[in-house]
Amino acid sequence: MAAVKETIETVQKLETYAHGFVTDIETEYAPKGLNADIVRFISAKKNEPQWMLDYRLAAFERWQSMDEPDWAKVHYQKVDYQDLYYYAAPKPKPKLNSLDEVDPELLAVYAKLGIPLKEQEVLAGVATAPKYAVDAVFDSVSVVTTFKDELKKSGVIFCSISEALREHPELVKEYLGSVVPVSDNYFAALNAAVFSDGSFVYVPPGVRCPMELSTYFRINAENTGQFERTLIIADKGAYVSYLEGCTAPMRDENQLHAAVVELVALEDASIKYSTVQNWYPGDAEGKGGIYNFVTKRADCRGARSKVSWTQVETGSAVTWKYPSCILRGDDSVGEFYSIAVTNGMQQADTGTKMIHLGKNTRSRIISKGVSAGKSSNTYRGLVSAHARAGGARNFTQCDSLLIGKTCAAHTVPYVESDTASAQFEHEATTTRLSEDQLFYAMQRGLSQEEAVALLVNGFVREVLQELPMEFAVEAQKLLAISLEGSVG
Amino acid sequence: MLNIENLTVSVDDKTILKGLNLNVPAGEVHAIMGPNGAGKSTLGYTLAGRPNYEVTQGAVDFNGEDLLEKDVHERAAAGLYLSFQYPLEIPGVPAMTFIRTALNAQRKLRGEEEMSAPEFLKTIRDVAKTLKIDMDMLKRPLNVGFSGGEKKRMEVLQMALLQPKFLILDETDSGLDIDALKVVSDGVNALRSDDRGMLVITHYQRLLDHIKPDRIHILVDGRIVHSGGPELALELEAHGYDRYVNEAA
Repeated sequence: MAAVKETIETVQKLETYAHGFVTDIETEYAPKGLNADIVRFISAKKNEPQWMLDYRLAAFERWQSMDEPDWAKVHYQKVDYQDLYYYAAPKPKPKLNSLDEVDPELLAVYAKLGIPLKEQEVLAGVATAPKYAVDAVFDSVSVVTTFKDELKKSGVIFCSISEALREHPELVKEYLGSVVPVSDNYFAALNAAVFSDGSFVYVPPGVRCPMELSTYFRINAENTGQFERTLIIADKGAYVSYLEGCTAPMRDENQLHAAVVELVALEDASIKYSTVQNWYPGDAEGKGGIYNFVTKRADCRGARSKVSWTQVETGSAVTWKYPSCILRGDDSVGEFYSIAVTNGMQQADTGTKMIHLGKNTRSRIISKGVSAGKSSNTYRGLVSAHARAGGARNFTQCDSLLIGKTCAAHTVPYVESDTASAQFEHEATTTRLSEDQLFYAMQRGLSQEEAVALLVNGFVREVLQELPMEFAVEAQKLLAISLEGSVG
Repeated sequence: MLNIENLTVSVDDKTILKGLNLNVPAGEVHAIMGPNGAGKSTLGYTLAGRPNYEVTQGAVDFNGEDLLEKDVHERAAAGLYLSFQYPLEIPGVPAMTFIRTALNAQRKLRGEEEMSAPEFLKTIRDVAKTLKIDMDMLKRPLNVGFSGGEKKRMEVLQMALLQPKFLILDETDSGLDIDALKVVSDGVNALRSDDRGMLVITHYQRLLDHIKPDRIHILVDGRIVHSGGPELALELEAHGYDRYVNEAA
């Protein structure tokens, strides 16, 4: 018991968040609070077309008539929506005679976070390392997108959603809100009204995107909500792999992150979407941290299309997130691979929805929850088959690992089928990190911390393998760090 | 090399070892024999530093250092290796990864350089071959779904790679058929050397036909009640522990 006791004690010192620094950068804010004028302000800031403003205003009206959902197994102090800034952007500096027009202070932030924003830095890396393009979103705006020209050669559009609204309004108009409608839920409606930036990707028919695309989100400003909007469209036969990462400074107050991500996969298209979420989780007493209320959904619109979600969730004070797939096209495939680690006072309620509408659609869910400290970790999932979804198949596996005796794990699976020919399987396990395994590993020379990291990595390995190589390594380190300080 | 004085150990408030004395010099192999419940495994676990095994009295000197002061992994890095009676399964961690992580963790703790991947691969390949372990098995999660014999071979593989200074073999023969017993004992015997000590914990004499001890100690009710040469094993095989148990009582 001694080892576990020590684990619990040290779990409580959650002082290992490496990205908690604040950058002193001149910021332009919209006035605090939320009303129709703020919505207009954001839209005007971005020189949006009239239809976009109308869309936002309609969403705002809708949002006002909705109630914040309370069915998730999370408890938190409700957000005062009038006490937030809905727009914060680094003030543009006069242009420098450098390669970039990006503020060097901003570049420094990303350098500190280990995100390469200069293409030559990426290229200067190991020759064999694959390139990846980055869209960096700082508070409310996208500050830079790399490798745009190279991507353009293959016809891939990768830019901020603000830019897409200006340069490719027809694409945005066609797809925005087509997967997550304004009325979908409280946070989605709020996002539709006030979203400030995010990434846009369009991969034309038959094109395999030549590099990994990634977006890196950073919340810096105080009392600011981040509402990003991501829209990814893979046209017929296209393929794209996309990764998002997120961090925020350590602050005593809670910050709201309410994003919407929409994926559209047309016939034979395939989208791989990976997330490494490391928002500030709050301190050991549960003070501060990010509220991560996110709606992510994919529409497998075309026959034989495929969407694969992989998420590594280690941060945030409260997580409310269910990346889902609507399997509309016949023979389409949806996958959800998840690692959710909670420590300290963190609460996570996460899972997925696989909605089988088309014939012979298949889905696979592998969820690994790790809870430590006094945290609470809930898997919530829905697998449903429509009457026309003959031959639908699902396999679900939910495993929970408990570290110590003061954490909790819950599994809430919903399974519904309106067709007799659907085959749904569900497996679930809950285990405690075993003293004996820890002792065995330590007897071979591993410190307690190393032993915990090794055992946890073993537990989540199946999911880690789904991540692009270089990010899998990062994620592995992140897992060790988030359970660290945890172990003495 | 290993000197145990008056070792008294409780587990969950029950005293198991009651003032045990034992000295194993470098280069020697000592066997601990005794009936079930005498405290044989407790001795191994206590030396390795298992949590909950509370030393209430006594001292253990390991190469001039106070062993009991050290944490579990520090004892391992100092060269103490316990071969488990029931090796643990480590799901999701390939055997190769586990062993390499352990080896480098020990090296780091001793202030040595990590073993490079190619060197490690070459070493483990050679050792695996002598132990008749298939390389594919090393890519599987350690001990998960392995047979009893395979698990014991993995224990020997690990000791051969970690090259500890002192080995404690806890019932290494349990669950082994005669062929596996031979492979495992050959592996252990290959590690016998002038600067390495071994403590072989066993209930049966059978293992001692393969790993020949210099000294045999009989452990009854938490104390060593009798010590002798290798011939003691044969006597025990013939007459059992009754005589010693009765004497102790």
